Amino acid sequence: MIRVDHLTKSYRGVTAVDDVSFCARAGRVTGFLGPNGAGKSTTMRIMVGLSTATAGHVDVLGSRYVDLPNPGREIGVLLDASAQHAGRTGREILELAARTMGLPVSRVPETLRRVSLTEKEADRRVRTYSLGMRQRLGIATALIGDPGVLVLDEPANGLDPAGIRWMRDVLREFADQGGTVLLSSHLLHEIEVIADDLVVIGNGRVVAQGAKHDLLSTSGTVVASSDNARLAATLARAGVKATPEGAGSLTTSADPGEVGRIALTAGIALTELRRADSAGLEEMFLLLTAQSQRESHSRHAGEAA
Amino acid sequence: MTTQTAGRADLDTVSTERADRGICATPTRHLVDVELRKMFDTRSGFWLLISIGALAVVATAAAIIFAPESELSYDTFAKAIGFPMTLVLPIIAILAVTSEWSQRSGLTTFTLVPSRGRVIAAKAVAALIVGIASMLVAFAIGAIGTVAGSAIAGVDPVWDIGFAHAAHIVLGNLVGMAIGFALGVVLRNSPAAIVGYFVLSFVLSGILVLLAQVRESFTDLQPWVDWNFTQVALFDGRTSSAQEWAQLGSTSLIWIVIPLVVGVAMLRRSEVK
Repeated sequence: MIRVDHLTKSYRGVTAVDDVSFCARAGRVTGFLGPNGAGKSTTMRIMVGLSTATAGHVDVLGSRYVDLPNPGREIGVLLDASAQHAGRTGREILELAARTMGLPVSRVPETLRRVSLTEKEADRRVRTYSLGMRQRLGIATALIGDPGVLVLDEPANGLDPAGIRWMRDVLREFADQGGTVLLSSHLLHEIEVIADDLVVIGNGRVVAQGAKHDLLSTSGTVVASSDNARLAATLARAGVKATPEGAGSLTTSADPGEVGRIALTAGIALTELRRADSAGLEEMFLLLTAQSQRESHSRHAGEAA
Repeated sequence: MTTQTAGRADLDTVSTERADRGICATPTRHLVDVELRKMFDTRSGFWLLISIGALAVVATAAAIIFAPESELSYDTFAKAIGFPMTLVLPIIAILAVTSEWSQRSGLTTFTLVPSRGRVIAAKAVAALIVGIASMLVAFAIGAIGTVAGSAIAGVDPVWDIGFAHAAHIVLGNLVGMAIGFALGVVLRNSPAAIVGYFVLSFVLSGILVLLAQVRESFTDLQPWVDWNFTQVALFDGRTSSAQEWAQLGSTSLIWIVIPLVVGVAMLRRSEVK
């Protein structure tokens, strides 16, 4: 469980993180979303004590991260898979992590297997690794202490589709066993598939948060019939505004149940009726973050004037 | 009051769970082990270590070949071996600190051990161990050189370095390493710290010697501020009077203790990127 409480971080007058509060709960995967430079990485760095907050604080499992006696045993962290000494072998990096946590080095081969790095790959120097292999090594470093919480910054970067599927399974299993997962990503599809809860930030502020189901369920309905013009007119008469969407369907912000009732009353046979959720996260993301962008523009304009 | 009690009860539960899973802080001894490993588990670290032994052997061979018979004493061998050591050991000490930043491995190191002071202390102990071990190896190779050299020349081996002098030589090398280490802590950048070390040991000492020659008022001050001066005195086994030890203390305070204290304070608050 991670609790971020009114966190603020300013660098020489620029506020990178602005009064951010959210909670990543046990047994759930929390997706941390936001455009580049929105403050995701800064928040995560403060979370693990690599950076200090200007105001506010973060509690991990009930204490400050820096007060944990042996943090690697309780929280697995991956912030930047490329931040490793390029001259060390993958096995050596894992062994150093195990020793630093006071763990037997017998954990190393089993953890390598868990992230599907072969013995041969493990003996190569990290400079020769692809980004995907570095991510696997980074996830191995996060998992080796058998923690109850994972904090991962863009872990899907550089993974191929099979690797992304693998990671999704690892994180799902971790959360299903009661673990807490906080992962940031700009890959919206990834987050949409795996996350249970979402925290969206833009310009350092939280613009939306909650269960994914609740956040995305308001995005309306896609409906189609053999005569869409008549359907649109009928819906309009009932006070529901529908707009044509692509080839042969209409979208509306009304609930599918209501749209279905109106069509039934008018005797229109529907060929399609479903909740418009496929592009929901992307639309929500662009809408929310665009708003925060506009706000910042007008704020700057105000300052200039 | 109630919330406080509840909070404490939660914390107790958490710490009991920690104890059940065997989670406790890693002993500093283990951190020293890890830091020692990190000094030599990369190609550059490995070759730096090898170079200590290799340079010692080369220097010994050179002394046997080039030194006149009358000078085939242990002191000659110790000096020949000692010079490369005074260059390589400080670089090892510098890289032990700066590679965490230049190679960005500090991101993992300081996430696993948030107490950065402990990490730096473990690195200092590891550097100290490497320094002393390297010097012992150097003395051993020098002894072999003395025996072999005098046998080749057909003269009796001359053992003209006593235990006290040897200890001074070790201390002199540790002073060089400590200055490198402090530079690493302050600059946190490998090339800058290595260049900085060479500036301090060659350029600065030249300037101070020159200054002492042209300004008489500085002549008396030089031994108190010029760390090269006090280090060379150690190498030559000339540090004996209370004043000479005080001078060593003064230069160490200026070039080691103060930079280290300021550097560690900055390092603990800095952002690890």
